[in-house]
Amino acid sequence: MNPLTSSPDGDAAAPQPGEREQTPFESWDRPRSPWLLPGRCRTPRRRTLLLEMVTRGLFPTILVFSIYLLCAGHYGPGGGFSAGLVAGLAFVLRYLAGGSTDPGALVPIRPPVLMGLGLAIAVGTALAPVVAGEPVLSSTKLAVPLPGSGELEVVTSVFLDVGVYLLIVGVVLDLLRALGSGIERDMRAAGEEA
Amino acid sequence: MTALAALPVLLPILGAALAVVVSTSVLAQRILALTTLGSMVVVAAVLLVRADRSGPVVIALGGWAPPVGIALVADRLAALLLLVSTLVALAVLGYAISQRIADYGRRMASSTFYPTYLVLSAGVSLAYLSGDLFTLFVSFEIMLTASYVLLTRRTSVQTIRAGMTYVIVSLLSSLLFLTAVAMVYAATATVNLADLSERVDALPPGLRTVLALMFVVVFGIKAAMVPLHFWLPDSYPNAPAPVTALFAGLLTKVSFYAMVRTQTLLFPHDRPWTLMLWLAVATMLVGALGALAQNDLNRLLSFLLVSHIGFMLFGLAVFDARGLSGATLYAAHHITVLATLFLVGGLITRRTGTVALDRMGGLAATSPALAVLFAIPALTLAGLPPTAGFVAKLQLLQAGAGAGVGPTAVAAVVIAASFLTLFALTKVWVRAFWGRARPTVEDPDPHDELEVGTARTPWPMYAATAGLVAVSLAIAVFAGPLSAMTGRAGEDLIARVPYRVAVLGDADR
Repeated sequence: MNPLTSSPDGDAAAPQPGEREQTPFESWDRPRSPWLLPGRCRTPRRRTLLLEMVTRGLFPTILVFSIYLLCAGHYGPGGGFSAGLVAGLAFVLRYLAGGSTDPGALVPIRPPVLMGLGLAIAVGTALAPVVAGEPVLSSTKLAVPLPGSGELEVVTSVFLDVGVYLLIVGVVLDLLRALGSGIERDMRAAGEEA
Repeated sequence: MTALAALPVLLPILGAALAVVVSTSVLAQRILALTTLGSMVVVAAVLLVRADRSGPVVIALGGWAPPVGIALVADRLAALLLLVSTLVALAVLGYAISQRIADYGRRMASSTFYPTYLVLSAGVSLAYLSGDLFTLFVSFEIMLTASYVLLTRRTSVQTIRAGMTYVIVSLLSSLLFLTAVAMVYAATATVNLADLSERVDALPPGLRTVLALMFVVVFGIKAAMVPLHFWLPDSYPNAPAPVTALFAGLLTKVSFYAMVRTQTLLFPHDRPWTLMLWLAVATMLVGALGALAQNDLNRLLSFLLVSHIGFMLFGLAVFDARGLSGATLYAAHHITVLATLFLVGGLITRRTGTVALDRMGGLAATSPALAVLFAIPALTLAGLPPTAGFVAKLQLLQAGAGAGVGPTAVAAVVIAASFLTLFALTKVWVRAFWGRARPTVEDPDPHDELEVGTARTPWPMYAATAGLVAVSLAIAVFAGPLSAMTGRAGEDLIARVPYRVAVLGDADR
């Protein structure tokens, strides 16, 4: 049973092992709807509501910012690597707020697949110019006409950045899976409190 | 079609990426890895033919012309070693797949082995092809990072400890490498090898010597040159047989290649290089004498590996076209023969359950196929005619004898070290293959990576080993055209101009 989705005075308020009796005061400020999407939440005493609250607002913002970095990277500061790290940090923040919630479960794709796809896209971008008779890894500008508002200029090296972005996000998610929730699981298995 | 020169690097990276994507299906991973390495062999063969017929194949990545952009250069030396290395990697992969099917079953998936193996191959290819110092550094990092994973995955405390030595030594040499690259860049404002070959000449002699010695130390550590070899016999024998064979075949030779490339292009000598002659003597003797003292089969082979690095260093030390030709041929033969011997060592251990020579015996009677597979590469390594080792060693001796008093004296050491090698291998033969058959030693740890002491050895493991034996026999059969080509490669290395012209164009000279 998920303590966050249940009503405040439901049986989810039953004390966890090693927890003192729940006072009504603590159950007042328990959220009535899930702010994050935790599969399993920490015991209420170990939660940081402020962080969860902030994360709820920041998570989508950080992801949008990472997309901005990805797109801006060709002419300004940014690029696939830093954008991927920023997006990865969004997931790290989510992990810190959500505790043993597995961030891998939040992304409907296994992290290694994300890494592999990213790397394959990057290599594909490197090899694609060969088809057009250009050297490996060369890039060009594509003008995509937009209806009603001129045209959008796309530098093909952005696809390499997209590959790097996916790769880095995959790496961070895999690290979280291995070093975050993986270690927590091992600690639980060893009988320690995670 | 210069894009061909980028394929040996990009193909394995793509293969690794796809192998990670399909990591739930081990069959798909196997097929991917085999096709990737198979196509790399084809590409490397085409590159070699093209490089020999019409000069180095050069590709400027992204269309940015060197010295500003990154260039990949496949000249005769690089393409030949690339071809031999990918052949060895393919055969070792076949052995590894077969062993993993036998030990873990057909369906046992591992999401790391095949991608890591392919990434290592990509690093090796990039090291051979890179046309600038920084890309060379990156390629070594790719290669070494993959090798850390292969060496330490799923192993016991003891192997992790041995792996730590390897990782720390490698990291230290990488740090020195990066420092050396930074110093070169500070002094000349370029890292492109072809460009450097002109600019380094203008540096003061003291600075040139310092830079040259930095690279000798860096690649000396990685190539296991005495006195910087101590890490190798401690770390290599602890990995599973295919991994050890891959490392023994490829990694040290890649470092030797990098040493040849940097020293011949950047710091040429007019006469034999005395320091390197001494280092070669030390490497040959310490390795061979160390091998004699070993009872552990894999450690013995590791010391022989160190010893024969000295033979190649001798070819470099002579510093003329014939010496470099001999060293190139020797490196090509050494890659195959060392990988074969470590694979055979794995087969022997699998059969007898031990690596200790004094607990084996009578294998010639119980397993004649194993005896043949061991005897041919052993004779090749010792350099007896008519094997490939003899052809390569003869070239080295001729080069040494024609280059003055010092090299001639070292040529005598080459012969002595060859006899010591033969002696060490005879010891293995007498202990392991002759005598009465001894009972199989039980697997001390049935749950670890290494399954030993089993007669259950599938035929593809023998076939992969036999394939490598066939490659080294082929080197002996085609010794004529091969040594003619390594001769041309040696002349290119000494002349330096063909490389420069191929990379920078001949506009200003």
